[in-house]
Amino acid sequence: MNTTTNPPRPPAPDAAGRTPVLAARDLVKSYGRVEALRGADFELFPGEVLAVIGDNGAGKSTLIKCLSGAAVPDSGTLLLDGAPADFRTPAQAKAAGIETVYQTLAVTPALDIASNLYLGREIRRKGPLGTLLRMLDTAAMRKQAEEHIKRLGIATLQDITQPVETLSGGQRQAVAVARAAAFGSKVVILDEPTAALGVRESGQVAELIKRLRDHGMPIVLISHDMPVVFELADRIHVQRLGRRAAVISPATHSMEDAVAIMTGARTA
Amino acid sequence: MRARAGGPADPVPGGSAADPGPAGAARFGNPVQSLLHSYPSLGPFAVLVLACVVFDLFNSRFLGMANLSIMLQQVAVVGLLALGQTVIILTAGIDLSVGAAMILAQMVMAGLAVTNGCPVVLALAVGLLVALLTGLVNGFLVTRFHVPPFIGTLGTLGVFTAVGLKYANGQTLSPKPGSFLLWTGKIVTLGSFHITVGVLMMIALYLIVGYALGRTAWGKHVYAVGDEPEAARLTGINTARLLLSVYLVAGLVYGVAAWVQIGRVGDASTDISSTLNLDSITAVVIGGVSLFGGRGMVLGTLFGALIVQVFQNGLALAGVQDLYQQLAEGLLVIAAVSLDRWIRKVRS
Repeated sequence: MNTTTNPPRPPAPDAAGRTPVLAARDLVKSYGRVEALRGADFELFPGEVLAVIGDNGAGKSTLIKCLSGAAVPDSGTLLLDGAPADFRTPAQAKAAGIETVYQTLAVTPALDIASNLYLGREIRRKGPLGTLLRMLDTAAMRKQAEEHIKRLGIATLQDITQPVETLSGGQRQAVAVARAAAFGSKVVILDEPTAALGVRESGQVAELIKRLRDHGMPIVLISHDMPVVFELADRIHVQRLGRRAAVISPATHSMEDAVAIMTGARTA
Repeated sequence: MRARAGGPADPVPGGSAADPGPAGAARFGNPVQSLLHSYPSLGPFAVLVLACVVFDLFNSRFLGMANLSIMLQQVAVVGLLALGQTVIILTAGIDLSVGAAMILAQMVMAGLAVTNGCPVVLALAVGLLVALLTGLVNGFLVTRFHVPPFIGTLGTLGVFTAVGLKYANGQTLSPKPGSFLLWTGKIVTLGSFHITVGVLMMIALYLIVGYALGRTAWGKHVYAVGDEPEAARLTGINTARLLLSVYLVAGLVYGVAAWVQIGRVGDASTDISSTLNLDSITAVVIGGVSLFGGRGMVLGTLFGALIVQVFQNGLALAGVQDLYQQLAEGLLVIAAVSLDRWIRKVRS
């Protein structure tokens, strides 16, 4: 176990005594008079898929924004591997190993798959070509991109030099997930990864998430899609009225239970 | 490895129009469309070659070395302006102030050297700085004040024009013969080809900007920001800083264009064709660079600038009235933009 600088309140270890990879304590965030988060807790353990569900306005997206650096909480603590973390921008969260796949299919259609994977993290050539002329090492990026994609077993992306706009929605989402998986060393956050997709494509993305989990990557999955949540999640964080209402397991709870807790019809 | 249905090389069998399938939806229906999509400069290149062949049929002097040399000399200034314009249009912006910025820069260069007796190198440096400043103003308007580029540069078109007129005070300034300001007009003979230093400068700048766009991270970011600014921002690109750099690069290129213009004409006045602004945009658009951003290459722009020149020159040699030259140019622009929309259809 990790004994780092005394956290304000140690994150609760799970049954097996593991420290959460990513945890939050008493997060509060207001937008004007609207309290989006009113003391929310959160824990993601190593190697698990944690689904986050909740009704509109439950504070789901604000919670995720705080975890990914897109918003800064008014008060509360973030803990990465048990140590306090403070993300003021998405870039800081990225640098700490937290990658987020956004709902809006945040890929660049005109660029090819390899360029998309390395956008903002380009590899330059070694020697004066790279330092002086700032020449990109396209071959290296393509090779590594191919390896990442092969490692994730994404069979739908075959030609790494294909422009992303020639891909289907599911394939584009696969590019976004592959990018997050390639660079997220600690946590991958998937914000509604199947919301924009059809049934078959959702299935493909679900397969991809499973494979990512099999590689041991801890995943936060925000989704409205209950069947997907119940298929993929190890645990389900139910957000309600700005707090965590319950953490349930697909093994012990049904979809009806989850919806009931979400809407406040009953407690866990 | 599992072979999932719907891989890119696997158009979904039996996919109906209502359900084009996961990968099937992304396939091009038409090989020509696919080709033009991958090589956006191919269309303008074909038009250029075709136009040259046709004009040569009407007048065999057209493809003679002498005429080709003249056309290259004539294209240098618009070619450079279009180069700066290309970088801006790739970010889905537009620069209407390009001609005014160039005129202002050349008046400053000539004014300092001729009227104030500054050393020519200093005059050139200050002129380039003024051009850079025009880019900075445009860039600030777009990134800091979030003014749409069309409106922002429409405003600076008026401002730069007025400042240029005020500074020039109606004079035409002629540098002394042999002045370094006129160096860009010096003839360089390559076999029976007579081009100017200005033409070589234009080619050099096309190579440099083409390299920066195609082979550096900056270039990738230019395309990314032009294509999907929000996606670019989410991947961590500082979009405002990138846009500012784009307007600065363009400004610098306009500064070089100013020098080339002085060398070509032999003097500097504010009395230059007012169509420079639109000519540069015409060249970019005919060159297959999309006005919607994120698509196109500087090579296409060069072809576009040459096409405009070839039409003007060829129609003149063929003895066609001036108005038909304008008609041809207008039709080319319409055709180019329509073609771009068609090529881009794949995105839906």
